[in-house]
Amino acid sequence: MPSRLRSRLHVPKPPARPGNKSDFSYLKLQPAGAQPKPDVRISAQATLPLATGLVRVLDDNHSAVGAWDPHLEPEVLQAGLRHMLLTRVFDERMQRTQRQGRISFYMRSYGEEAVSVAQAMALRPGDMLFPSYRNQGLYMVRGRPLVELMCQLLSNTRDMCKGRQLPVMYHWRQGNIFSISGNLTTQFPQAVGWAMAAAIKGEDHVASTWIGEGSSAEGDFHAGMVFAEVYQAPVLLNIVNNQWAISTFQGFAGGEKSTFAARGPGYGVPGIRVDGNDFLAVYAVTQWAADRARKGGGPTLIEHVTYRAAAHSTSDDPSRYRPKDEYLSWPLGDPVDRLKEHLIAQGAWTEERHAALTKELEDEVGASWKAATQYGTLNEGPRLDPDLMFEDVFKDMPAHLARQRDQLRAERG
Amino acid sequence: MAKMNMIQALNSAMDVMLDRDPGVVVLGEDVGYFGGVFRTTDGLQRKYGEHRVLDTPISELGIVASAIGMAVNGLRPVAEIQFADYIYPGYDQIVSELARLRYRSAGEFYAPVTIRTPCGGGIRGGQTHSQSPEAIFAHICGIKVVMPSNPYDAKGLLISAIEDDDPVIFLEPKRLYNGPFDGDPDKPAVPWSAHARGEVPEGHYTVPISKAEIVRAGRDATIIAYGTMVHVAEAAANALGLDAEIIDVRTIVPLDAETLCESVKRTGRCLIVHEATRFGGFGAEIAATVQEECFWQLEAPIGRVGGWDTPYPHAFEWEYFPGQKRVASALEALMSAS
Ligand SMILES: Cc1ncc(C[n+]2csc(CCOP(=O)(O)OP(=O)(O)O)c2C)c(N)n1
Repeated sequence: MPSRLRSRLHVPKPPARPGNKSDFSYLKLQPAGAQPKPDVRISAQATLPLATGLVRVLDDNHSAVGAWDPHLEPEVLQAGLRHMLLTRVFDERMQRTQRQGRISFYMRSYGEEAVSVAQAMALRPGDMLFPSYRNQGLYMVRGRPLVELMCQLLSNTRDMCKGRQLPVMYHWRQGNIFSISGNLTTQFPQAVGWAMAAAIKGEDHVASTWIGEGSSAEGDFHAGMVFAEVYQAPVLLNIVNNQWAISTFQGFAGGEKSTFAARGPGYGVPGIRVDGNDFLAVYAVTQWAADRARKGGGPTLIEHVTYRAAAHSTSDDPSRYRPKDEYLSWPLGDPVDRLKEHLIAQGAWTEERHAALTKELEDEVGASWKAATQYGTLNEGPRLDPDLMFEDVFKDMPAHLARQRDQLRAERG
Repeated sequence: MAKMNMIQALNSAMDVMLDRDPGVVVLGEDVGYFGGVFRTTDGLQRKYGEHRVLDTPISELGIVASAIGMAVNGLRPVAEIQFADYIYPGYDQIVSELARLRYRSAGEFYAPVTIRTPCGGGIRGGQTHSQSPEAIFAHICGIKVVMPSNPYDAKGLLISAIEDDDPVIFLEPKRLYNGPFDGDPDKPAVPWSAHARGEVPEGHYTVPISKAEIVRAGRDATIIAYGTMVHVAEAAANALGLDAEIIDVRTIVPLDAETLCESVKRTGRCLIVHEATRFGGFGAEIAATVQEECFWQLEAPIGRVGGWDTPYPHAFEWEYFPGQKRVASALEALMSAS
């Protein structure tokens, strides 16, 4: 008897849960060098192979191969390694300070450092960045002093956010990095608007924005894609597919039957899927997309295939929803290790230099932490003036807020 | 009776309803396999399967809209929005659709959707994990709004909400999840097991929607509060040694004006306390109602205490939070006026 066909509710399944063996066979991978590099004037539809394939430059022998090799000087690669390593050392240290109760919350970008660092390096300082909360590498590249980042994390007297934001929600007007929102995906269509303004003003700056693959399910994603396509905005639209959105596997954001990059051509926007742990590949894809944008070619949707090696945040325990050691079997390796091995293979780096650099960065982070905590921590030392709470709600403080400020003063005695 | 904290009580309400009614489904971000970031839906997917307890994509718009569609097709969705601060992408679906479907189709279509969402501050969550948005839902016509202050009410009200044929926004003060909180962060935490309202029946029962509760009878003044502020108000009144009547509003829409006004008519003095920002807050609606009904019995201007009219700042959590001090000085002003 043939079974009767009927509709059924499909529920995406992650390949492995706690207690299972890790399994990344669902990932469609391609060897380094497999993807051709088209002219930037390519039509959106013609990018479908790029959007479903995978741009990789670093091969298993640590060589740079194929048309996407950006042919960077060793000094550039060494700078990239430094920024990624600094991001990692910073993250590890800040995680520890949270565990010690010195800051209230933290989010690491462990395993995803190349996504921010390589892209920021491939863009120009005048390009505007609209990050999520997992892009601290942007700050490392653009050179914000670590003490200033730490003071934000500490909500102390030198906090750039004046105590108003959760840790990690930085901003940097001077460095052209937009304020991070706690609400997912809101920055994605905003970056499109910024890029539209650049085009209206006739400037050749581009905007770039990052969201997680989980966040790409929000309606803001759709709005951003439509506006980007309609106005051919000079913008790089990055989806960081780190496989997990807290406990929710990427299949729940639409990654099971298609790639995220493949949404691009559907909107009329070129899509590229890139190995997010390959510094060279991310760099090259960024250069290509930025070049396209500056030449009037419009937006590019870039999916970075990577893995969130850390917990979602300090409030999260990933061993409850995924195999503990899943990262060890991640087939695209570690971005820091891969760039390091590439430099060593080129004769431009050594284990000794790497160890020395690590030590140097740890010392820098340690010294910065010491300096930052002098300005107070969440619970000790000098504190921000609570009057600040009432400022910046509006440009000028309305009467009812001034009254409340006075009331708080009286309350505090 | 069992001892339950608020999370367990809410979990038990969903468990009871999933068991009783095959049309009940639970959906939201991280609610299935993981059991929710606050563990409120823990174990429910294991018990009822992936077609009854659904993990969703991260889209509050999608969660609310698909819940409406499911409800129209005969189910009773209980949707979780991970934090009330993240409900806004679904706001249009709530305001323009969920709230008005019955009205615009002259009753032919309706959507019995319950939207649960953690609200309120006191957990160092900063401006995006601390909001109390009840007033912006109260202002919509066609949607009920509920906020419990203890595990017993939480379970009974959630069951009522799920059984209700109208849509309900169910706001859960997250600072109360694990224990009552009187507004003093320096005091050791008290568990619900030490509180009378931590006694919760295992099975089915309801607490009626649209009924306020007199938590404590008193003669000198009426304090009207809900959520976390019920506990703060009680502590503040105790500290002043004031014989205040304390009313837990419990249901914001439809408001039990009768219970509130009957009390104020007796005491002649009224203080309204909520955690949400004061300007245009729900306290204004209560004050207007009390004024209309009790004007001739009032012995003092109606007082209002709320959060300051700013976003909820991370570093100034306790300067922002309307704690015992702010409530007490409002009470003193209320009592000294004549
Ligand atoms: C509008 C909104 N909904 C829900 C949340 C709660 N939340 C914070 S992070 C997160 C997961 C995001 O996952 P993804 O976009 O994949 O980024 P990742 O954290 O993996 O980098 C969720 C659900 C939020 N911050 N904003």
